[in-house]
Amino acid sequence: MVDVAVRQGSVRGVRRASAGTRLRYALRRKSTVAFLMTLPLIVLIAVLVIYPAFYAIHLATLNKSMTRFVGFGNFQFLFKRDTFWMVVEQSCLFAITAVIFKALIGFIVAHFAHNIPSKKQRKWRGMLLVPWVIPPAMSTLAWLWLFDPSYSAFNYTLGLFGIAPIPWLGDAGWARFSVILVNVWYGAPFFMIMYLAALKSVPDQLYEAAAIDGANWWQRIWYVTLPMMRNIIAITTLFSLIVTFANFDIVRILTAGGPVDQTHLFATWAFRVGIEGRDIPLGASVSLFMAPILAIAAYFILRDVTKRGNEA
Amino acid sequence: MSTLAIDKAGPNRKIKYGSMSRDRVWALRWSYFFLTLFAVFSLTPPLYMLITSLKGSAEISAATNPWWVFHPTLSNYVELLGSNQYLRFFWNSAMVSVGVVVVTMLISVPAAFALARMKFWGSAVLATGIFLTYLIPDSLLFIPLFKMFAAIGDFTGIQLINRWYVLLFIYPTLTVPFCTWIMISYFASIPKEIDEAAIIDGASWFQTLTRIFIPVAMPGLIAATIFAFTVSWAQFLYPLVFTTSTDQLVLPVGIITTLIKGDVFNWGQIMTGALLGAAPPLVIYAFLMDYYIAGLTAGATKG
Repeated sequence: MVDVAVRQGSVRGVRRASAGTRLRYALRRKSTVAFLMTLPLIVLIAVLVIYPAFYAIHLATLNKSMTRFVGFGNFQFLFKRDTFWMVVEQSCLFAITAVIFKALIGFIVAHFAHNIPSKKQRKWRGMLLVPWVIPPAMSTLAWLWLFDPSYSAFNYTLGLFGIAPIPWLGDAGWARFSVILVNVWYGAPFFMIMYLAALKSVPDQLYEAAAIDGANWWQRIWYVTLPMMRNIIAITTLFSLIVTFANFDIVRILTAGGPVDQTHLFATWAFRVGIEGRDIPLGASVSLFMAPILAIAAYFILRDVTKRGNEA
Repeated sequence: MSTLAIDKAGPNRKIKYGSMSRDRVWALRWSYFFLTLFAVFSLTPPLYMLITSLKGSAEISAATNPWWVFHPTLSNYVELLGSNQYLRFFWNSAMVSVGVVVVTMLISVPAAFALARMKFWGSAVLATGIFLTYLIPDSLLFIPLFKMFAAIGDFTGIQLINRWYVLLFIYPTLTVPFCTWIMISYFASIPKEIDEAAIIDGASWFQTLTRIFIPVAMPGLIAATIFAFTVSWAQFLYPLVFTTSTDQLVLPVGIITTLIKGDVFNWGQIMTGALLGAAPPLVIYAFLMDYYIAGLTAGATKG
């Protein structure tokens, strides 16, 4: 009897202990720990990135005072406005032209930088990356001052050669040029750094083999360098396309969309309409037009990721 | 005789290589020429900032050569650094940036560790998803975020709009995905044997992270910190949307809204303010260039 009672007690004790430590065991389990460690990240992304992205879609279907559901009313309104189509055109022109020039200049400069002895490369690379390091809002102010209508330092220099002053930001065509120029100035160093890193990873033997086969420098670039750098060129261009498409700082500070809304991009126009014009639903509708390019980029990046996964 | 023969052979060989190295010399010269051209293009705006910041207002509006300082003066610097308003902007910027760096690291380092080492259900999808959220630009999110924070103010009475610390909540959306991504790739490059040894020796997961992974991945951590700091320091759209009172502004917005009064541009002070505002990232860059570039290239080469 006594024996049994004791055993019963001990069994009960063990059970109680297991119930008490179950939580502790669960906490010690790898997947639980991992989940807890990623929880802040998941919460942040869900609450401040994913939710707002969908909330923007909801906002875009409301009327100006956000009291009534209007469906596609905001979009229908946008499609009827000339300014909207001008913004679409300017955004595409701006992003595509700027990215092409950034990629070209970056590629050329990276080649020249790769040519010189590696000891001196550091110094040059340091100087050439400065535009990327300065906060764009600050450096755009310097450009604004360089483009100033009455005291432009560029116009002074051109005046020495007898060239009439250029209305850098006053004329629509020149304003578009200036905005793209500043964006190229700011973004080309990024391409340069990426390409330089990629150039260093191309094995020298390939160039030696090409040289022995009698390839000239153009053929070496076309048949060796470019194929080896294809991945990095694609990914950098894609990135830059997204960032340039969504650009805000440069246009906002340089022209604020003027003259007569000719240089507005989606971002600056959404700000003008949504925050300054207090029509939040319309602003949200405008900014949503940046989503298609994101979707395209996401598709290519995902394809790239899965392809690499298969290779590895 | 034999030395003479060698001397003869010497020049011969040199001549043979000479034609090749002459091409090489010209290629070098052209490289330097174009690099100089691009360097001038790159450095003109910052140098012009410096030049203008050293001028008095009389010289700025004079019709003299704008590329030269005839009467250097530090009056712009004295005036700006003596104004409480500008120092306030600087202070706000510093608080926001440092705060965001801390928040970012606290979120992204453990998450990156878990995603790199502790495979769990959905971890691969999550890692890719984080990278994709990095692509969602600020100019798509600022309107819904503004509305969200305004709604929080209406419902709970906690007013976050027009307070500098609201930026501490918002900036991590820009920094955390990329920093997590960098840290994942750095953590993944650490040999598995090291942490297996630590686990066998009885270390907990937390100890493995703090005692082994963080010290070993220090270069990655520095690169991520620099990235988070420079992004927060340079961000312009969010503070422009979320803060309006002059005592809540950060540097980029502060310079633009207070130093430009209507149509009056006080260029000497604007350039000084912009140059001083660009100084912290430039100083970091000057001293930690390799980490800066490592962070820059890590994101895309791994993507």
